[in-house]
Amino acid sequence: MIDKTVKTLADALAGVRDGSTVMIGGFGGAGQPTELVEALIEQGARDLVIVNNNAGNGETGLAALLKAGRVRKLICSFPRQADSHHFDALYRAGKLELELVPQGNLAERIRAAGAGIGAFFTPTGYGTDLARGKETRRIDGRDHVLEFPIRGDLALIRAERGDRWGNLVYRKAARNFNPVMATAAALTVAQVAEIVELGALDPEHIVTPGIHVTRVVRVAR
Amino acid sequence: MAYDKLTRDAMAARVARDIPEGAYVNLGIGLPTLVANHIPPEREVFLHSENGILGMGPAPAKGAEDWDLINAGKQPVTLLTGGAYFHHADSFGMMRGGHLDICVLGAFQVSAGGDLANWHTGAPDAIPAVGGAMDLAIGAKATFVMMEHVTKGGEPKIVERCGYPLTGIGCVKRIYTDLAVIEVTPQGLRAIEWVAGLDFETLQSLTAAPLARPA
Repeated sequence: MIDKTVKTLADALAGVRDGSTVMIGGFGGAGQPTELVEALIEQGARDLVIVNNNAGNGETGLAALLKAGRVRKLICSFPRQADSHHFDALYRAGKLELELVPQGNLAERIRAAGAGIGAFFTPTGYGTDLARGKETRRIDGRDHVLEFPIRGDLALIRAERGDRWGNLVYRKAARNFNPVMATAAALTVAQVAEIVELGALDPEHIVTPGIHVTRVVRVAR
Repeated sequence: MAYDKLTRDAMAARVARDIPEGAYVNLGIGLPTLVANHIPPEREVFLHSENGILGMGPAPAKGAEDWDLINAGKQPVTLLTGGAYFHHADSFGMMRGGHLDICVLGAFQVSAGGDLANWHTGAPDAIPAVGGAMDLAIGAKATFVMMEHVTKGGEPKIVERCGYPLTGIGCVKRIYTDLAVIEVTPQGLRAIEWVAGLDFETLQSLTAAPLARPA
C-alpha cells in the first residue's frame, strides 16, 4: 500500500542536505508552509538556496530561516516588505546573495523545470536591468529574453487537504506558487491542514496530482 | 494662474470612466487600487490579482478577514460570486498572454516613447524589489499609468527618456495624472484633456517631453 503521509515534521524533512535548492511556496504569509520551514531550521541543513516570492515576514517561517543564517542565496521577486527586517539586515551586510526575478518569470521558470522545458523566450523584462547579459531574440516583431528553468532539490509547499497518494487541494489564494513548485523539485513535501481518505477528494477538483508529491504531513491550523 | 489638481480619488474616478463593462483589469499596488472604488456597481468588471484571483471583490468587513485571501499588496480582500482561483504560473500566463484588457500602474517616470520606470530608484542603498511590475507592464492589451504629474519637488515625471531603471519599453498607452490625460502615440505624446483653469502652455511647461494638442 502506498502511503506518502508521514507522522512528524522531522520525518517529512529526513535526508535534506546542505547546499540544497529549496523552493518554498506562498505569497507573503498566504500559503507559506511556515511549520515545515521552521522544521528545516531544526533539521539543520545549511548553505541553502531559497526560492520564494518574498524574503520572509516578521519572525516566523522564512524570516526565521534567514535569521538562523542557513541561507546562502535567495531567488525571489519582491524581498522588500514592511516586516522583512531579517532579510534587509543580511542583504545590507553582504551576507546574502540575491537573484531578483520578475514574478511571472519566477513562476514560469519553475513551471518550465517541472514541465521539462529547456528554456523559453519571454517578453517580460526585455531592455531592463534584470535582463542584462541575457540572450534575446525578436519573435513576430517583439523582443524576447531567454530564461532558464529553476529546479529544486526540495519543495516545501502548503495545501489544505491531501490523501495518502499525495493528491492535494488548496484554499483560496493560498494556492499561489505551491502547485508549480510541487512539480519542480526532486523531493516535494506538502504540509496539509487535513489528511483525508483516498477517494474523498473529488478527482475533478484535485489541483496537484500525487505524482508530484513525495511526502505529506499534517499540521493543524 | 489658478487651477486645482485632481485629488487621488478624482484621478481614480477619471481612470474608472475609461474601464468598460466586461473588461479584465489588473490594478497595481498603491494609487491604482483606488480605481476599484469608482467603478459603478452596475458595471461588471473583472478584477485580476497577480496572486491568482479573478473576480476580486472589496476589502472584507473588520473581523471577517481571511489571510488566505489577499491581494497583491497582501491586504485582505473578498471574492465575488463567480470568481476563481488559480496558481501563479497561470496567473502570469493571463498577463503575458495578453488576456487582460487593462492594467493600471503607478510610476516614477514615463517617457515620450511610453517607456515605464516604476520598480526601482536605482539608489545604491535601496533594496530592489520588482514583483509583477515587469510582467504587468508588457502583458496587458493596454497599460495605463496613474501618477502625479510632477514629483514632490516639482520635477516633471513625464520625460524625454527615463532616468530611473526601466520596467518596460514602449508599453504605456495612456497617462492619467492629477493635471491631465495624455496618450502615447507613435508620433509622441498627445494631451487629451487637462484640469479646468490650466492652459496648454502651462501643462507643457510641467512636462519634460513635447506634447501635441488634442486631435
